[in-house]
Amino acid sequence: MTAYLGDVAALARKDLRLELRARDTLPAMALFVVATLVVFHFALPGGASEDAAYGLLWVALVFTALLGLGRAWAPESEAGALDGLVLATSDRSAIWLGKALATLAFLVAAEVVALPAFALFFAPLDGPALLGVLLASVGICAVGSLVSAMAAAARGREVLLPLLFLPLAIPLVVGGVGSSISPEPGAYLAFLGLYDAVFAILSWAAFEYVVTE
Amino acid sequence: MSAGEKYVAAAYGVFLVFVLVWAAIIATKLSRLERETGELARLARARTAGEQGDG
Amino acid sequence: MSITRPSLSALAALAVALAAASVLLTFFIAPEDADQGLSQKIFYVHVPIALTAYACFGLGAWKALRLLLTRGERYDLESYTGIHQGTIFGALTLVTGSIWAKASWGVWWTWSSNQLVLFLVLFLFYCAYFMLRFSIEPGPQRERISAVYALFGVALIPVSFFAIRLASDFIHPTVFTREGPQMTGSMFAAFCASWAAITLLAYVMYRTELAGKRTDVNLRELREALAR
Repeated sequence: MTAYLGDVAALARKDLRLELRARDTLPAMALFVVATLVVFHFALPGGASEDAAYGLLWVALVFTALLGLGRAWAPESEAGALDGLVLATSDRSAIWLGKALATLAFLVAAEVVALPAFALFFAPLDGPALLGVLLASVGICAVGSLVSAMAAAARGREVLLPLLFLPLAIPLVVGGVGSSISPEPGAYLAFLGLYDAVFAILSWAAFEYVVTE
Repeated sequence: MSAGEKYVAAAYGVFLVFVLVWAAIIATKLSRLERETGELARLARARTAGEQGDG
Repeated sequence: MSITRPSLSALAALAVALAAASVLLTFFIAPEDADQGLSQKIFYVHVPIALTAYACFGLGAWKALRLLLTRGERYDLESYTGIHQGTIFGALTLVTGSIWAKASWGVWWTWSSNQLVLFLVLFLFYCAYFMLRFSIEPGPQRERISAVYALFGVALIPVSFFAIRLASDFIHPTVFTREGPQMTGSMFAAFCASWAAITLLAYVMYRTELAGKRTDVNLRELREALAR
C-alpha cells in the first residue's frame, strides 16, 4: 500500500516539477480561461440573466480543462517514456492516479485565477458553487486522464480528445451549474460526488488495459 | 391522410428504410466477399495445378 | 458462434412472424388512444427500438468485459458489432422520437423529453467510439481501449439519465407531458409483440454482421497464406 502511494506521489511530483520548470501549460490555461470569460461578456446579450453567466462559467472551465488534458500525457509521449513507466511501476493504475492528481493541481490553479475573475466580471460565487467546482474538477481530471491516455494511443489525438471527453463531461456540467444556481444545491453536489466515485473507480480499474501494449 | 396518419407512416417508414439500407449494405459486402473468395479459390487451384505439374 | 447456431434462418423467420403479428395487433386490434389519437401508434415502434438500443449497448459492454477479463479472440468483434447495432438503433430512436414529438407537440425537437436528450448524449458518446477505434492501429491495444470505452458507455447511461433528470429542473420547465403506459390488454399485447419482433430483428442483424466481419478476417488470413 505504501509502495503504491509512494509511486503515485513520485509520479505526481514529477509532473508538477516538470511544469514548474517548463511553465507552458499552466499560464496558457490561466490566460485561456480569462480570455474566454471576456469573450463570453461580448457573447451574452444585454438582457441575459445571471443564471446564463453561471452556465458560461462551466463552459469555460470544461474547455480550459480540455486544454490542460491535451497536454497531460505530452511529457510521456514526447520522451517515449510511457512504456518505461508501465514497466517500472508495480501497479499501472498508480500512473493514472499520479497523473490525475497532477492534472487536478493544474486545474485548481487555473480556477484560482478563473473564479475571482468570474466573480469580478459576472456574478458572485457562494459556498455550494465553489464546492461544485471542486467536485466537478475531480471528476474532470479522473475521467480526463484516462480518456486522454486513450487519445494519446491514437492518430489525430488533438481532435479526438474533445470528442471523447465532452459527452462524459455533460453530467459534470449539469451538476456544476445546478450547484451554482439552484436554491437547493444539495442534490447536485451529491450527484457530482456520485459521478466522481463511479468514474474514478472505473478509470482507476480500467487504466492498465488502456496503456499496456 | 390526416396529419396523425402521416406521422405514423413516417415513423414506420423510417424504420423500414433503415433496415432496407442495412440489408443493401450487407448485400454489397456479401458480393465483395464472394468475389474475393472466388479469387482465392482461383489462386488455390492454380497453386495445386502447379504442384501437380511439378510432382 | 457461427451463423448457423442457433439457426439464423429460423430466428429470422420467427422475427418476420412476430413483426406481422405486431403490425396486426397495432393497427387492427389495439384501440386508438383517447388523448393522442392515431399518432400514439408510433409508441409501438419507438419504445422497442429504444429498449433494443440499450440492449445492444449492454451486449457490447458485456462482450467488452469478457474481452478484458479473458482475452478471448472472439470478443472484440462481438463487442464492436454490438456497439454498432446499438448506435444504429440509437439513431433510429432519435429519428422516430423526433417524429413522435412533432406528431404530439408540433416540434421536431424538445429538451423536455428526457429520453430524447439521453439518446442524444449517448449517440454522441458512441459515435466517438468509432472515431476512437479507427484512429488506432489494429491490434490488442485497440481491442482493449475499445472495450474500456464500451464499459464507460454503460456507466454513462444511468449517470446521464440522472443528470438529465436533475437538469430538467432548472433548464427547461417540463411543458410537455405524455401519458404513461396505461395500456389495455390488447395494447400491451401489441407492445410486447412489437418489442419481441424488433429485439429479434436486432439480434438477426447482429449475427449477420458478425458473420460478415469474421469472414472478412478469415479471408484476409487465407489471402496471406496463399500469397506465400
